[in-house]
Amino acid sequence: MSDIVIETTSLTRCFGALTAVNSLTIQVKAGEVFGLLGPNGAGKSTLIKMLITLLPPTSGKARVCGFDIARASCDVRRFIGYVPQLLSADGSLTGYENLLVFAKLYDIPRSERAERIRLALNLMGLADAADKLVRTYSGGMIRRLEIAQSTLHHPSILFLDEPTVGLDPVARKAVWELIERLRTDFGTTIFLTTHFMEEADSMCSRVAIMHLGNVVNVGAPADLKASLGDENATLDDVFVHYAGNSLDSGGTFRDTSRTRRTAQRLG
Amino acid sequence: MILQEQGARLSGSVETKRPCASFGFTAIIRFVKKTVVIAELEARKLLHDPTELFTRAVQPTLWLLVFGQVFTRMRAIPTGDMRYIDFMAPGILAQCVLFVAIFYGIAVIWERDLGIVQKLLASPTPRTALVLGKALAAGVRCLTLGFFIYALCALLDVKFKWHPFALAGVLLVLLISAALFSTLSLIIACIVKSRERFMGIGQMITMPLFFTSNAIYPITIMPNWLKVLSHINPLTYQVDALRAMMLAGGASQYGLISDFCILIAATSLLVILGGWLYPRVAT
Repeated sequence: MSDIVIETTSLTRCFGALTAVNSLTIQVKAGEVFGLLGPNGAGKSTLIKMLITLLPPTSGKARVCGFDIARASCDVRRFIGYVPQLLSADGSLTGYENLLVFAKLYDIPRSERAERIRLALNLMGLADAADKLVRTYSGGMIRRLEIAQSTLHHPSILFLDEPTVGLDPVARKAVWELIERLRTDFGTTIFLTTHFMEEADSMCSRVAIMHLGNVVNVGAPADLKASLGDENATLDDVFVHYAGNSLDSGGTFRDTSRTRRTAQRLG
Repeated sequence: MILQEQGARLSGSVETKRPCASFGFTAIIRFVKKTVVIAELEARKLLHDPTELFTRAVQPTLWLLVFGQVFTRMRAIPTGDMRYIDFMAPGILAQCVLFVAIFYGIAVIWERDLGIVQKLLASPTPRTALVLGKALAAGVRCLTLGFFIYALCALLDVKFKWHPFALAGVLLVLLISAALFSTLSLIIACIVKSRERFMGIGQMITMPLFFTSNAIYPITIMPNWLKVLSHINPLTYQVDALRAMMLAGGASQYGLISDFCILIAATSLLVILGGWLYPRVAT
């Protein structure tokens, strides 16, 4: 039996009359890069927030790294890393301080702290900028620092919410190389959401397409493309096929404002 | 079962042997450590940019130099044998703490919009430690202003108690009351979640808190309805304790023990409530 690190059973979250995530059942295996695709408002962020224990489910169950998200939320948090879509590194601290604080919060023993931070800074190519305030960093540097913050404790699963939004192509490529390296070097399972189909196509071992709170299809990108019956089909076509191509999609005012703000700050 | 084993195996060198939900000594130590880390985070920010402390010092300076000196000459407010400037010095220090702490919650809304709150909440840090750490950090800000106000008052010839126990007591009251009002502020932030609404509510409650306390006039000259309000206002007990411990010849009206008990009980209640509400800010 393969190792399942995320397992949800009829996981549901409602906000008033709106069902953001509807009776969702998925499994993610250890070491996978699992991509969650879907238009804004499909329920991707709500699902991630439930899995990282920021939001309690309305009904249903989920286990992350073997722990129940509702009953053992603190244990779940010890095994995961989370990089929000928004910019979460603190601009008024230096890169080193940002890492130091998280090393302490994640209970990394004092004797290992300095070495872990040094290694992380080297891996992310931030060693020279470690003592500069983060507000002077470029967008790509901030994203790399955030990933470093969330992986200092070598999490089993790294959750990334739109990790490449607002980044230029060079920075985006660097982020993807980093994610791939975490997976090969540490066996970290990656659970991410993205809007970029070509990225999902080349990087994800499996993707799930979400629409209106439901997972409408899940599988390896190649299988999903093959399922359309057109040999030239791209993942874009798969996405449009399952998630529709309605102009109504695009998320709420708040979603849009948030995405644009992140893009602006990163750019 | 397989998942459980895997969880333990994948843990690597992270300390995972002790389950999170454990109670007792280890849990307390961990709670205190995390609280200090959050306070450290805030203190480091302040070190990088201490501008705020200078701008915060303007208002108490005006109160002491202008209001204080004018009213000391007028002798309009009956403060017994005590000069009015001596009487109001602890009140202005308390006001300073209140003003710094009550707007502290806006930083939480800012951090929420940035995504910092979400990342902190996704780390294995107890919610109450996040709240108490912030509260402690507000205390550190207030202490630096406390030094400034002591220095200014000394120039104005306010007669202080310089006994180390008295000074330690003042320090403690400042920390507790900063924690109290900053947690109140954080609770408001968790409920309203928007900067505009927060500013409105912040403005709305600061002045009533200040004027219904004994900060700048004794409770004895208040009308009865105001006396009632004054007695349920925690600022009154903060000022009472400060007056007793700061001033040579100062005495507490309610007793220092009751002052401390009321302040600590109110702070603890608010921290627990804040810890419960804090995750709401991320959703």
